[in-house]
Amino acid sequence: MEDLLREYLPIIIFLGLAVVLGLVFIIAAVILAVRNPDPEKLSAYECGFNAFDDARMKFDVRFYLVSILFIIFDLEIAFLFPWAVAFKDVGMVGFWSMMVFLAVLTIGFAYEWKKGALEWE
Amino acid sequence: MSVADFAFYVFAITTVASGLFTVVSKNPVHSVLWLIAAFLGATGLFVLLGAEFLAMILMIIYVGAVAILFLFVVMMLDVDFAELKAEMAKSIPVALLIGTVLLMQLGAVLGVWQFADGAEAARAAITPAVEEIHNTAALGQILYTDYILLFQMAGLILLVAMIGAIVLTMRHRTNVKRQNVIAQMHRDPAAAMELKDVKPGQGL
Repeated sequence: MEDLLREYLPIIIFLGLAVVLGLVFIIAAVILAVRNPDPEKLSAYECGFNAFDDARMKFDVRFYLVSILFIIFDLEIAFLFPWAVAFKDVGMVGFWSMMVFLAVLTIGFAYEWKKGALEWE
Repeated sequence: MSVADFAFYVFAITTVASGLFTVVSKNPVHSVLWLIAAFLGATGLFVLLGAEFLAMILMIIYVGAVAILFLFVVMMLDVDFAELKAEMAKSIPVALLIGTVLLMQLGAVLGVWQFADGAEAARAAITPAVEEIHNTAALGQILYTDYILLFQMAGLILLVAMIGAIVLTMRHRTNVKRQNVIAQMHRDPAAAMELKDVKPGQGL
């Protein structure tokens, strides 16, 4: 346990550095920067035009479909990691159990492809 | 206080505070961003427990994918703050009622909470010590053989989720011209166009 945590020590140090650096920049901007706002400076800048629209508009539902399909295959990959690490120990049962799992998801993939869910008009 | 203890307090405070801000933020987009911070804090806690695989999966699946999905859901809602405030005043009595009922249910559950005999031992038995075997390998050795039924059910649930998402949200717009590569490449000039010999002064 100690050894495991010691391996993570550099990450903790980098995390601490990142937090400290971020705070230093924010606080330095508050203390040092000259602030002289006027309405023109504070308005949104959109390639030189006045902003056409509010950013809080509705998204097309197709983005949702793409991201949920991404998550499902992301989870499939997550199941592959422990399988690959323990590949020598799981034997034939483990191998074929993963093949069946992949086959089930491949059926889903074929359905998705046939239905045209991957097309973007 | 060792570095590990210090890290535990930092991650625990981050997780709890981010969870609190997720609930109390007025702007749903800020809520989702606080939720991501809470996931990151939980990742640190998992690493401190020695559950490396869960920590990295939390980072990849939850932070990378689920949080983005939440963000999409939030952005698909039409967030109009003036309207939200007006709605809030109307629905606060119902919300308070539901909250109180849930709190009472939680109290009822926790009030009579008891560990079964041998529950602690059963929990300890399935997790080998971190020194003996690597976390991911320990999971891999039991997930695909001992828990094969649950594993295959997870696959089926993912299939159902995939088909459900497609059935519910897929709409094909009509009169959109799509590319059809094979048909386009096998176009025959003779069938696609016609040459007309137009006599002078007559027109078509």
